[in-house]
Amino acid sequence: MADGVKPRVKAPKSASAGEVVVLKTLISHNMESGQRKDKSGNPIPRSIINRFTCEFNGTPVIDVTMEPAISTNPYFEFEAKIPEGGNLKFTWYDDDGSVYEETKSIKVG
Amino acid sequence: MDFTRRETLALGAGAVALTVLPFRVNAAAEDAIAAFTGGAAVADGGVNLTAPEIAENGNTVPISVSAEGATAIMLLAAGNPTPGVATYNFGELAGSASASTRIRLAGTQDVVAIAKMADGSFAQARSTVKVTIGGCGG
Amino acid sequence: MKFKALTAVAALMVTIPAITLADPDDDTLVLNGETEMVTKVAAPAHMAETGVDTVMSGWHFRNDDTQAMQSDDFDNPGMLAVEAAIEAWNTVEGEAGKSCASCHGAAEDSMKGIRAVYPKWNETAGELRTLAMQVNDCRTNQMKAEPYKYTSGPMAAMEALISVQSRGMPVNVAIDGPVQAIWEKGKEMYYARTGILELSCASCHEENYGNMIRADHLSQGQINGFPTYRLKNAKLNTVHARFKGCVRDTRAETYKPGSEEFIALELYVASRGNGLSVEGPSVRN
Repeated sequence: MADGVKPRVKAPKSASAGEVVVLKTLISHNMESGQRKDKSGNPIPRSIINRFTCEFNGTPVIDVTMEPAISTNPYFEFEAKIPEGGNLKFTWYDDDGSVYEETKSIKVG
Repeated sequence: MDFTRRETLALGAGAVALTVLPFRVNAAAEDAIAAFTGGAAVADGGVNLTAPEIAENGNTVPISVSAEGATAIMLLAAGNPTPGVATYNFGELAGSASASTRIRLAGTQDVVAIAKMADGSFAQARSTVKVTIGGCGG
Repeated sequence: MKFKALTAVAALMVTIPAITLADPDDDTLVLNGETEMVTKVAAPAHMAETGVDTVMSGWHFRNDDTQAMQSDDFDNPGMLAVEAAIEAWNTVEGEAGKSCASCHGAAEDSMKGIRAVYPKWNETAGELRTLAMQVNDCRTNQMKAEPYKYTSGPMAAMEALISVQSRGMPVNVAIDGPVQAIWEKGKEMYYARTGILELSCASCHEENYGNMIRADHLSQGQINGFPTYRLKNAKLNTVHARFKGCVRDTRAETYKPGSEEFIALELYVASRGNGLSVEGPSVRN
Protein backbone atom coordinates (compact mmCIF):
# COMPACT_ATOMS: atom_id res chain seq x y z
CA MET A 1 0.00 0.00 0.00
CA ALA A 2 1.57 3.29 -1.06
CA ASP A 3 2.05 5.69 1.86
CA GLY A 4 -0.34 8.49 2.67
CA VAL A 5 -2.68 7.95 -0.29
CA LYS A 6 -5.90 9.76 0.54
CA PRO A 7 -8.95 9.98 -1.72
CA ARG A 8 -11.32 12.97 -1.58
CA VAL A 9 -14.64 13.40 -3.31
CA LYS A 10 -16.91 16.42 -3.73
CA ALA A 11 -20.49 15.39 -4.44
CA PRO A 12 -23.86 16.95 -3.61
CA LYS A 13 -25.71 15.47 -0.65
CA SER A 14 -29.05 15.50 -2.45
CA ALA A 15 -30.48 15.73 -5.95
CA SER A 16 -33.82 15.52 -7.73
CA ALA A 17 -34.65 12.30 -9.58
CA GLY A 18 -32.86 12.20 -12.92
CA GLU A 19 -30.71 15.24 -12.16
CA VAL A 20 -27.21 15.47 -13.62
CA VAL A 21 -24.72 16.36 -10.90
CA VAL A 22 -21.06 17.43 -11.06
CA LEU A 23 -18.56 15.22 -9.24
CA LYS A 24 -14.98 16.15 -8.41
CA THR A 25 -12.36 13.71 -7.17
CA LEU A 26 -8.80 14.16 -5.96
CA ILE A 27 -6.41 11.58 -4.58
CA SER A 28 -2.99 12.26 -3.09
CA HIS A 29 -0.58 10.11 -5.07
CA ASN A 30 2.89 10.73 -6.47
CA MET A 31 2.17 9.20 -9.89
CA GLU A 32 5.81 8.20 -10.40
CA SER A 33 5.97 8.16 -14.17
CA GLY A 34 8.95 5.89 -14.71
CA GLN A 35 10.68 8.66 -16.69
CA ARG A 36 12.66 10.12 -13.79
CA LYS A 37 16.13 9.07 -12.69
CA ASP A 38 17.51 9.10 -9.18
CA LYS A 39 20.73 10.84 -8.10
CA SER A 40 22.89 7.95 -9.29
CA GLY A 41 21.25 8.01 -12.71
CA ASN A 42 19.16 4.89 -12.18
CA PRO A 43 15.60 5.06 -13.51
CA ILE A 44 12.95 5.29 -10.80
CA PRO A 45 10.37 2.60 -11.59
CA ARG A 46 6.85 3.57 -12.61
CA SER A 47 4.29 3.51 -9.83
CA ILE A 48 0.99 5.13 -10.66
CA ILE A 49 -2.73 4.81 -10.20
CA ASN A 50 -3.68 3.18 -13.47
CA ARG A 51 -7.49 3.12 -13.27
CA PHE A 52 -10.31 5.11 -11.71
CA THR A 53 -13.97 4.10 -11.70
CA CYS A 54 -17.20 5.54 -10.42
CA GLU A 55 -20.49 3.71 -10.18
CA PHE A 56 -23.89 4.55 -8.74
CA ASN A 57 -25.85 1.75 -7.05
CA GLY A 58 -23.69 -0.67 -9.00
CA THR A 59 -24.23 0.93 -12.44
CA PRO A 60 -21.13 2.34 -14.15
CA VAL A 61 -20.79 6.13 -14.44
CA ILE A 62 -17.21 6.39 -15.69
CA ASP A 63 -14.17 4.12 -16.06
CA VAL A 64 -10.86 5.88 -16.69
CA THR A 65 -7.67 4.19 -17.90
CA MET A 66 -4.84 6.35 -16.55
CA GLU A 67 -1.31 6.72 -17.91
CA PRO A 68 1.82 8.30 -16.36
CA ALA A 69 0.93 11.60 -18.06
CA ILE A 70 -1.77 12.24 -15.46
CA SER A 71 -0.35 14.78 -12.97
CA THR A 72 0.60 14.06 -9.37
CA ASN A 73 -2.48 14.09 -7.11
CA PRO A 74 -4.83 12.95 -9.90
CA TYR A 75 -7.90 15.13 -10.30
CA PHE A 76 -11.07 14.30 -12.23
CA GLU A 77 -14.26 16.27 -12.75
CA PHE A 78 -17.19 14.61 -14.51
CA GLU A 79 -20.99 14.32 -14.42
CA ALA A 80 -23.33 11.61 -13.20
CA LYS A 81 -27.07 11.12 -13.71
CA ILE A 82 -28.85 10.32 -10.44
CA PRO A 83 -32.10 8.38 -11.06
CA GLU A 84 -32.92 7.70 -7.36
CA GLY A 85 -31.36 7.86 -3.89
CA GLY A 86 -28.33 5.69 -3.36
CA ASN A 87 -24.54 5.40 -3.15
CA LEU A 88 -21.77 6.63 -5.39
CA LYS A 89 -18.74 4.37 -5.15
CA PHE A 90 -15.32 5.63 -6.26
CA THR A 91 -12.41 3.25 -6.74
CA TRP A 92 -8.75 3.88 -7.58
CA TYR A 93 -6.42 1.03 -8.62
CA ASP A 94 -2.68 1.35 -7.89
CA ASP A 95 0.13 -0.30 -9.93
CA ASP A 96 1.26 -1.93 -6.68
CA GLY A 97 -2.05 -3.73 -6.32
CA SER A 98 -3.60 -1.45 -3.70
CA VAL A 99 -7.18 -0.39 -4.15
CA TYR A 100 -8.53 2.83 -2.62
CA GLU A 101 -12.24 3.45 -2.18
CA GLU A 102 -14.59 6.22 -1.19
CA THR A 103 -18.37 6.22 -0.98
CA LYS A 104 -20.81 9.13 -0.97
CA SER A 105 -24.55 8.80 -0.53
CA ILE A 106 -27.02 11.00 -2.35
CA LYS A 107 -30.61 11.54 -1.21
CA VAL A 108 -33.33 12.04 -3.76
CA GLY A 109 -36.69 13.72 -3.11
CA MET B 1 29.07 13.00 -45.82
CA ASP B 2 28.73 14.50 -49.27
CA PHE B 3 25.31 14.84 -50.85
CA THR B 4 24.78 15.08 -54.56
CA ARG B 5 22.55 17.92 -55.72
CA ARG B 6 19.89 15.31 -56.48
CA GLU B 7 20.03 13.92 -52.94
CA THR B 8 19.92 17.37 -51.37
CA LEU B 9 16.87 18.30 -53.43
CA ALA B 10 15.16 15.06 -52.45
CA LEU B 11 15.95 15.63 -48.77
CA GLY B 12 14.69 19.20 -48.99
CA ALA B 13 11.49 18.18 -50.72
CA GLY B 14 10.93 15.49 -48.10
CA ALA B 15 11.39 18.01 -45.29
CA VAL B 16 8.94 20.43 -46.89
CA ALA B 17 6.40 17.64 -47.36
CA LEU B 18 6.69 16.76 -43.68
CA THR B 19 5.91 20.30 -42.55
CA VAL B 20 2.95 20.62 -44.87
CA LEU B 21 1.14 17.39 -43.82
CA PRO B 22 -1.97 18.07 -41.71
CA PHE B 23 -2.37 16.51 -38.22
CA ARG B 24 1.29 15.63 -38.01
CA VAL B 25 1.09 13.16 -35.12
CA ASN B 26 4.13 11.14 -34.22
CA ALA B 27 4.36 7.40 -34.87
CA ALA B 28 3.58 6.19 -31.34
CA ALA B 29 0.52 8.41 -31.16
CA GLU B 30 -0.62 7.12 -34.54
CA ASP B 31 -0.28 3.54 -33.29
CA ALA B 32 -2.36 4.33 -30.22
CA ILE B 33 -5.05 5.92 -32.36
CA ALA B 34 -5.08 2.92 -34.73
CA ALA B 35 -5.44 0.53 -31.78
CA PHE B 36 -8.37 2.56 -30.45
CA THR B 37 -10.18 2.95 -33.78
CA GLY B 38 -9.25 -0.38 -35.32
CA GLY B 39 -8.03 1.55 -38.33
CA ALA B 40 -11.42 3.20 -39.00
CA ALA B 41 -11.63 6.71 -40.44
CA VAL B 42 -11.61 9.58 -37.95
CA ALA B 43 -13.75 12.63 -38.74
CA ASP B 44 -12.99 16.20 -37.66
CA GLY B 45 -15.43 18.06 -35.46
CA GLY B 46 -17.95 17.06 -32.82
CA VAL B 47 -15.26 16.96 -30.13
CA ASN B 48 -14.63 19.89 -27.81
CA LEU B 49 -11.10 19.99 -26.41
CA THR B 50 -10.31 22.78 -23.93
CA ALA B 51 -6.62 23.30 -23.26
CA PRO B 52 -4.65 26.45 -22.39
CA GLU B 53 -2.77 28.16 -25.19
CA ILE B 54 0.25 28.56 -22.93
CA ALA B 55 0.59 26.18 -19.98
CA GLU B 56 1.57 27.92 -16.73
CA ASN B 57 3.68 24.85 -15.99
CA GLY B 58 4.07 21.63 -17.99
CA ASN B 59 3.78 19.53 -14.83
CA THR B 60 0.11 20.30 -14.23
CA VAL B 61 -1.94 21.35 -17.27
CA PRO B 62 -5.76 21.43 -16.94
CA ILE B 63 -7.50 19.70 -19.90
CA SER B 64 -11.25 19.30 -20.50
CA VAL B 65 -12.89 17.29 -23.21
CA SER B 66 -16.47 16.61 -24.26
CA ALA B 67 -18.16 14.97 -27.23
CA GLU B 68 -21.92 14.71 -27.30
CA GLY B 69 -23.02 11.14 -27.88
CA ALA B 70 -19.58 9.61 -27.32
CA THR B 71 -19.17 6.33 -25.45
CA ALA B 72 -15.45 6.81 -24.94
CA ILE B 73 -12.81 9.50 -25.43
CA MET B 74 -9.05 8.89 -25.64
CA LEU B 75 -6.61 11.67 -24.80
CA LEU B 76 -3.11 11.69 -26.24
CA ALA B 77 -0.10 13.97 -25.85
CA ALA B 78 1.59 13.65 -29.22
CA GLY B 79 4.95 14.99 -28.05
CA ASN B 80 5.37 13.11 -24.75
CA PRO B 81 7.82 10.19 -24.40
CA THR B 82 4.74 7.96 -24.41
CA PRO B 83 1.65 9.60 -25.91
CA GLY B 84 -1.07 7.92 -23.81
CA VAL B 85 -2.74 10.18 -21.26
CA ALA B 86 -6.14 8.74 -20.37
CA THR B 87 -9.12 6.98 -21.86
CA TYR B 88 -12.55 7.90 -20.50
CA ASN B 89 -15.19 5.17 -20.84
CA PHE B 90 -18.64 6.62 -20.14
CA GLY B 91 -21.11 4.32 -18.41
CA GLU B 92 -24.89 4.17 -18.45
CA LEU B 93 -25.20 6.75 -15.66
CA ALA B 94 -22.66 9.23 -17.03
CA GLY B 95 -24.33 12.65 -16.94
CA SER B 96 -22.53 13.67 -20.12
CA ALA B 97 -19.66 12.45 -22.30
CA SER B 98 -17.25 14.91 -20.74
CA ALA B 99 -14.46 15.00 -18.17
CA SER B 100 -11.68 17.29 -16.92
CA THR B 101 -8.29 16.43 -15.49
CA ARG B 102 -4.73 17.73 -15.06
CA ILE B 103 -1.91 16.30 -17.19
CA ARG B 104 1.83 16.45 -17.72
CA LEU B 105 3.24 17.80 -20.97
CA ALA B 106 6.94 17.36 -21.65
CA GLY B 107 7.18 20.30 -24.06
CA THR B 108 5.20 22.29 -26.60
CA GLN B 109 3.00 19.81 -28.46
CA ASP B 110 -0.44 18.85 -29.67
CA VAL B 111 -2.97 17.33 -27.30
CA VAL B 112 -5.29 15.05 -29.27
CA ALA B 113 -8.75 13.76 -28.32
CA ILE B 114 -10.34 10.86 -30.22
CA ALA B 115 -14.01 10.19 -29.46
CA LYS B 116 -15.78 6.91 -30.14
CA MET B 117 -19.41 7.68 -30.89
CA ALA B 118 -22.43 5.52 -30.08
CA ASP B 119 -22.83 4.51 -33.73
CA GLY B 120 -19.27 3.17 -33.86
CA SER B 121 -17.80 6.12 -35.77
CA PHE B 122 -14.82 8.18 -34.57
CA ALA B 123 -14.16 11.92 -34.36
CA GLN B 124 -11.18 13.97 -33.21
CA ALA B 125 -9.98 17.36 -32.06
CA ARG B 126 -6.53 18.64 -31.27
CA SER B 127 -5.04 21.66 -29.55
CA THR B 128 -1.50 22.99 -29.53
CA VAL B 129 -0.27 23.78 -26.02
CA LYS B 130 2.87 25.86 -25.61
CA VAL B 131 4.93 24.63 -22.69
CA THR B 132 7.56 27.10 -21.63
CA ILE B 133 10.73 26.92 -19.59
CA GLY B 134 10.47 29.38 -16.73
CA GLY B 135 13.07 32.00 -16.03
CA CYS B 136 13.53 31.30 -12.39
CA GLY B 137 12.28 27.85 -11.49
CA GLY B 138 14.05 27.42 -8.19
CA MET C 1 17.27 41.52 -51.74
CA LYS C 2 19.07 39.71 -48.92
CA PHE C 3 19.26 43.01 -47.02
CA LYS C 4 15.48 43.57 -47.12
CA ALA C 5 14.77 40.08 -45.81
CA LEU C 6 17.09 40.63 -42.85
CA THR C 7 15.54 43.93 -41.88
CA ALA C 8 12.07 42.39 -42.13
CA VAL C 9 13.12 39.59 -39.75
CA ALA C 10 14.77 42.08 -37.39
CA ALA C 11 11.64 44.25 -37.38
CA LEU C 12 9.52 41.20 -36.51
CA MET C 13 11.77 40.25 -33.60
CA VAL C 14 11.52 43.70 -32.08
CA THR C 15 7.73 43.82 -32.19
CA ILE C 16 6.91 40.29 -31.01
CA PRO C 17 7.70 40.78 -27.26
CA ALA C 18 4.81 43.24 -27.05
CA ILE C 19 2.28 40.41 -27.39
CA THR C 20 3.00 38.99 -23.91
CA LEU C 21 0.37 39.88 -21.30
CA ALA C 22 2.82 41.07 -18.68
CA ASP C 23 0.82 43.19 -16.27
CA PRO C 24 -0.72 41.66 -13.14
CA ASP C 25 -4.45 41.25 -13.58
CA ASP C 26 -7.39 42.86 -11.86
CA ASP C 27 -9.30 39.78 -10.77
CA THR C 28 -10.69 39.27 -7.28
CA LEU C 29 -9.83 36.21 -5.22
CA VAL C 30 -12.88 34.82 -3.46
CA LEU C 31 -12.38 31.59 -1.53
CA ASN C 32 -15.08 28.94 -1.79
CA GLY C 33 -17.53 31.51 -3.06
CA GLU C 34 -17.62 33.30 0.27
CA THR C 35 -14.37 34.75 1.61
CA GLU C 36 -13.03 37.73 -0.31
CA MET C 37 -9.28 38.10 0.08
CA VAL C 38 -7.25 41.29 0.07
CA THR C 39 -4.71 40.73 -2.68
CA LYS C 40 -3.78 44.34 -3.43
CA VAL C 41 -3.23 46.99 -0.78
CA ALA C 42 -1.34 50.25 -0.25
CA ALA C 43 2.33 49.53 0.46
CA PRO C 44 3.23 49.66 4.17
CA ALA C 45 4.84 52.86 5.47
CA HIS C 46 8.35 51.42 5.69
CA MET C 47 8.37 51.04 1.90
CA ALA C 48 7.84 54.76 1.33
CA GLU C 49 11.11 55.30 -0.49
CA THR C 50 10.95 52.19 -2.67
CA GLY C 51 8.72 53.65 -5.35
CA VAL C 52 6.28 50.76 -4.85
CA ASP C 53 2.90 52.20 -3.87
CA THR C 54 0.76 49.05 -4.08
CA VAL C 55 1.77 45.65 -2.82
CA MET C 56 0.10 42.72 -4.51
CA SER C 57 -0.15 38.99 -3.99
CA GLY C 58 1.61 36.58 -6.33
CA TRP C 59 -1.89 35.32 -7.19
CA HIS C 60 -2.31 38.19 -9.64
CA PHE C 61 0.65 37.12 -11.73
CA ARG C 62 -0.64 33.62 -12.49
CA ASN C 63 -2.91 32.57 -15.34
CA ASP C 64 -6.66 32.03 -14.97
CA ASP C 65 -6.47 28.25 -14.56
CA THR C 66 -3.91 28.49 -11.76
CA GLN C 67 -5.89 31.24 -10.05
CA ALA C 68 -9.04 29.11 -10.22
CA MET C 69 -7.26 26.22 -8.52
CA GLN C 70 -6.76 28.30 -5.39
CA SER C 71 -10.26 29.68 -5.11
CA ASP C 72 -11.85 26.35 -4.22
CA ASP C 73 -10.64 24.33 -1.24
CA PHE C 74 -11.44 21.11 -3.06
CA ASP C 75 -9.53 22.00 -6.20
CA ASN C 76 -6.55 23.27 -4.18
CA PRO C 77 -4.08 20.36 -3.91
CA GLY C 78 -2.37 22.14 -0.99
CA MET C 79 -5.42 21.33 1.13
CA LEU C 80 -4.54 17.62 0.93
CA ALA C 81 -1.53 18.45 3.10
CA VAL C 82 -3.77 20.34 5.54
CA GLU C 83 -5.82 17.19 6.01
CA ALA C 84 -2.68 15.15 6.61
CA ALA C 85 -1.55 17.76 9.16
CA ILE C 86 -4.85 17.55 11.03
CA GLU C 87 -4.15 13.87 11.54
CA ALA C 88 -0.62 14.64 12.71
CA TRP C 89 -2.04 17.34 15.03
CA ASN C 90 -4.17 14.72 16.76
CA THR C 91 -1.51 12.01 16.90
CA VAL C 92 0.43 11.40 20.11
CA GLU C 93 4.15 11.57 19.43
CA GLY C 94 7.27 11.69 21.58
CA GLU C 95 8.17 10.66 25.11
CA ALA C 96 5.85 13.11 26.83
CA GLY C 97 2.89 11.20 25.41
CA LYS C 98 1.24 14.29 23.97
CA SER C 99 -0.17 15.39 20.66
CA CYS C 100 -0.45 19.02 19.52
CA ALA C 101 -4.12 18.76 20.51
CA SER C 102 -3.24 17.84 24.12
CA CYS C 103 -2.13 21.43 24.78
CA HIS C 104 -3.65 23.37 21.92
CA GLY C 105 -7.05 21.74 21.57
CA ALA C 106 -8.61 22.30 18.14
CA ALA C 107 -6.34 24.11 15.69
CA GLU C 108 -9.30 26.19 14.43
CA ASP C 109 -9.48 27.85 17.85
CA SER C 110 -5.96 27.99 19.21
CA MET C 111 -4.14 28.83 15.96
CA LYS C 112 -6.43 31.64 14.84
CA GLY C 113 -4.42 34.70 13.83
CA ILE C 114 -1.08 33.08 14.64
CA ARG C 115 0.42 32.82 11.13
CA ALA C 116 -0.47 36.44 10.38
CA VAL C 117 2.06 37.80 12.88
CA TYR C 118 4.97 35.44 12.28
CA PRO C 119 8.01 35.72 12.28
CA LYS C 120 7.62 37.01 15.83
CA TRP C 121 9.81 37.90 18.80
CA ASN C 122 9.64 35.36 21.62
CA GLU C 123 10.30 37.21 24.89
CA THR C 124 10.94 34.15 27.04
CA ALA C 125 13.40 32.63 24.63
CA GLY C 126 14.88 36.02 23.73
CA GLU C 127 14.88 35.30 20.00
CA LEU C 128 12.98 35.97 16.77
CA ARG C 129 11.00 32.87 15.83
CA THR C 130 9.63 31.71 12.52
CA LEU C 131 6.60 29.43 12.47
CA ALA C 132 8.86 26.44 11.80
CA MET C 133 11.06 27.26 14.79
CA GLN C 134 8.02 27.54 17.05
CA VAL C 135 6.59 24.22 15.83
CA ASN C 136 9.88 22.50 16.51
CA ASP C 137 10.24 24.17 19.91
CA CYS C 138 6.88 22.69 20.91
CA ARG C 139 7.83 19.30 19.49
CA THR C 140 11.20 19.03 21.17
CA ASN C 141 10.54 20.76 24.52
CA GLN C 142 6.85 20.01 25.14
CA MET C 143 6.24 16.75 23.30
CA LYS C 144 9.81 15.42 23.63
CA ALA C 145 9.49 14.33 20.02
CA GLU C 146 11.86 14.58 17.06
CA PRO C 147 11.82 17.98 15.36
CA TYR C 148 10.54 18.17 11.79
CA LYS C 149 13.21 18.93 9.19
CA TYR C 150 12.92 22.65 8.40
CA THR C 151 11.59 22.38 4.84
CA SER C 152 10.19 18.85 4.95
CA GLY C 153 6.74 17.69 3.83
CA PRO C 154 5.39 17.31 7.39
CA MET C 155 6.64 20.78 8.33
CA ALA C 156 5.10 22.33 5.23
CA ALA C 157 1.84 20.54 5.96
CA MET C 158 1.80 21.78 9.57
CA GLU C 159 2.57 25.33 8.39
CA ALA C 160 -0.33 25.01 5.95
CA LEU C 161 -2.71 23.89 8.71
CA ILE C 162 -1.67 26.84 10.87
CA SER C 163 -1.88 29.25 7.91
CA VAL C 164 -5.44 28.22 7.12
CA GLN C 165 -6.49 29.50 10.55
CA SER C 166 -5.26 32.99 9.56
CA ARG C 167 -6.58 32.88 6.01
CA GLY C 168 -8.16 36.17 5.02
CA MET C 169 -6.55 38.02 7.94
CA PRO C 170 -4.00 40.74 7.13
CA VAL C 171 -0.30 39.95 7.47
CA ASN C 172 0.95 42.04 10.38
CA VAL C 173 4.54 41.39 11.42
CA ALA C 174 6.24 43.75 13.84
CA ILE C 175 9.42 45.40 12.58
CA ASP C 176 10.38 47.50 15.60
CA GLY C 177 11.50 46.97 19.16
CA PRO C 178 13.59 43.84 19.76
CA VAL C 179 13.42 42.76 16.10
CA GLN C 180 14.47 46.04 14.55
CA ALA C 181 18.14 45.15 14.09
CA ILE C 182 17.24 41.81 12.50
CA TRP C 183 14.73 43.55 10.22
CA GLU C 184 17.41 46.01 9.09
CA LYS C 185 19.69 43.07 8.31
CA GLY C 186 16.95 41.42 6.28
CA LYS C 187 16.40 44.66 4.39
CA GLU C 188 20.11 44.91 3.65
CA MET C 189 20.09 41.37 2.25
CA TYR C 190 17.07 42.15 0.09
CA TYR C 191 18.89 44.97 -1.65
CA ALA C 192 22.40 43.47 -1.76
CA ARG C 193 23.58 42.41 -5.21
CA THR C 194 25.34 39.07 -4.99
CA GLY C 195 26.63 36.23 -7.08
CA ILE C 196 27.84 35.84 -10.63
CA LEU C 197 24.82 37.67 -12.01
CA GLU C 198 25.04 40.44 -9.39
CA LEU C 199 21.34 40.34 -8.73
CA SER C 200 19.53 41.30 -5.56
CA CYS C 201 15.97 40.30 -4.62
CA ALA C 202 15.00 43.85 -5.53
CA SER C 203 16.46 43.55 -9.03
CA CYS C 204 13.61 41.26 -10.01
CA HIS C 205 10.90 41.68 -7.41
CA GLU C 206 10.96 45.44 -6.94
CA GLU C 207 12.38 46.81 -10.17
CA ASN C 208 10.87 44.28 -12.57
CA TYR C 209 7.70 42.79 -11.17
CA GLY C 210 5.13 42.49 -13.94
CA ASN C 211 7.80 41.83 -16.54
CA MET C 212 8.63 38.44 -17.98
CA ILE C 213 11.88 36.70 -17.11
CA ARG C 214 12.09 34.27 -20.01
CA ALA C 215 8.66 32.65 -19.67
CA ASP C 216 8.00 33.37 -15.99
CA HIS C 217 5.76 36.25 -15.01
CA LEU C 218 7.73 38.02 -12.24
CA SER C 219 5.78 38.74 -9.07
CA GLN C 220 6.65 41.04 -6.18
CA GLY C 221 8.05 38.06 -4.29
CA GLN C 222 5.51 38.29 -1.47
CA ILE C 223 5.25 35.40 0.99
CA ASN C 224 1.69 35.91 2.27
CA GLY C 225 0.70 32.84 0.26
CA PHE C 226 3.23 30.47 1.80
CA PRO C 227 3.42 27.56 2.18
CA THR C 228 2.54 27.31 -1.46
CA TYR C 229 1.60 24.37 -3.71
CA ARG C 230 3.76 24.77 -6.79
CA LEU C 231 2.52 23.17 -10.01
CA LYS C 232 6.16 22.80 -10.96
CA ASN C 233 6.98 20.24 -8.26
CA ALA C 234 3.42 19.28 -7.37
CA LYS C 235 3.95 19.78 -3.64
CA LEU C 236 3.86 22.31 -0.83
CA ASN C 237 6.91 24.56 -0.59
CA THR C 238 8.08 26.51 2.45
CA VAL C 239 9.54 30.02 2.54
CA HIS C 240 13.12 29.00 3.24
CA ALA C 241 13.05 26.31 0.55
CA ARG C 242 11.99 28.97 -1.96
CA PHE C 243 14.58 31.48 -0.73
CA LYS C 244 17.27 28.83 -1.11
CA GLY C 245 16.19 28.14 -4.69
CA CYS C 246 15.86 31.81 -5.58
CA VAL C 247 19.35 32.70 -4.35
CA ARG C 248 20.78 29.67 -6.14
CA ASP C 249 18.98 30.69 -9.33
CA THR C 250 20.69 34.08 -9.27
CA ARG C 251 23.92 32.13 -9.30
CA ALA C 252 24.90 33.25 -5.83
CA GLU C 253 25.99 31.06 -2.96
CA THR C 254 22.79 30.17 -1.22
CA TYR C 255 22.05 29.87 2.51
CA LYS C 256 20.69 27.04 4.62
CA PRO C 257 17.01 26.88 5.55
CA GLY C 258 16.75 27.91 9.19
CA SER C 259 19.90 30.04 9.00
CA GLU C 260 20.07 33.49 10.60
CA GLU C 261 20.29 35.06 7.16
CA PHE C 262 17.05 33.50 5.96
CA ILE C 263 15.27 34.24 9.24
CA ALA C 264 16.16 37.90 8.86
CA LEU C 265 15.17 37.86 5.19
CA GLU C 266 11.87 36.16 6.02
CA LEU C 267 11.02 38.89 8.54
CA TYR C 268 11.79 41.63 6.05
CA VAL C 269 9.98 40.01 3.11
CA ALA C 270 6.96 39.24 5.29
CA SER C 271 6.81 42.90 6.33
CA ARG C 272 6.68 43.97 2.68
CA GLY C 273 3.35 42.18 2.56
CA ASN C 274 1.83 43.73 5.69
CA GLY C 275 -1.83 44.33 4.86
CA LEU C 276 -2.22 41.53 2.30
CA SER C 277 -4.45 38.62 3.35
CA VAL C 278 -2.77 35.42 4.47
CA GLU C 279 -3.45 33.00 1.62
CA GLY C 280 -1.56 29.89 2.65
CA PRO C 281 -1.73 27.30 1.26
CA SER C 282 -1.78 29.09 -2.08
CA VAL C 283 -1.33 27.67 -5.59
CA ARG C 284 1.44 29.03 -7.76
CA ASN C 285 3.42 27.84 -10.75
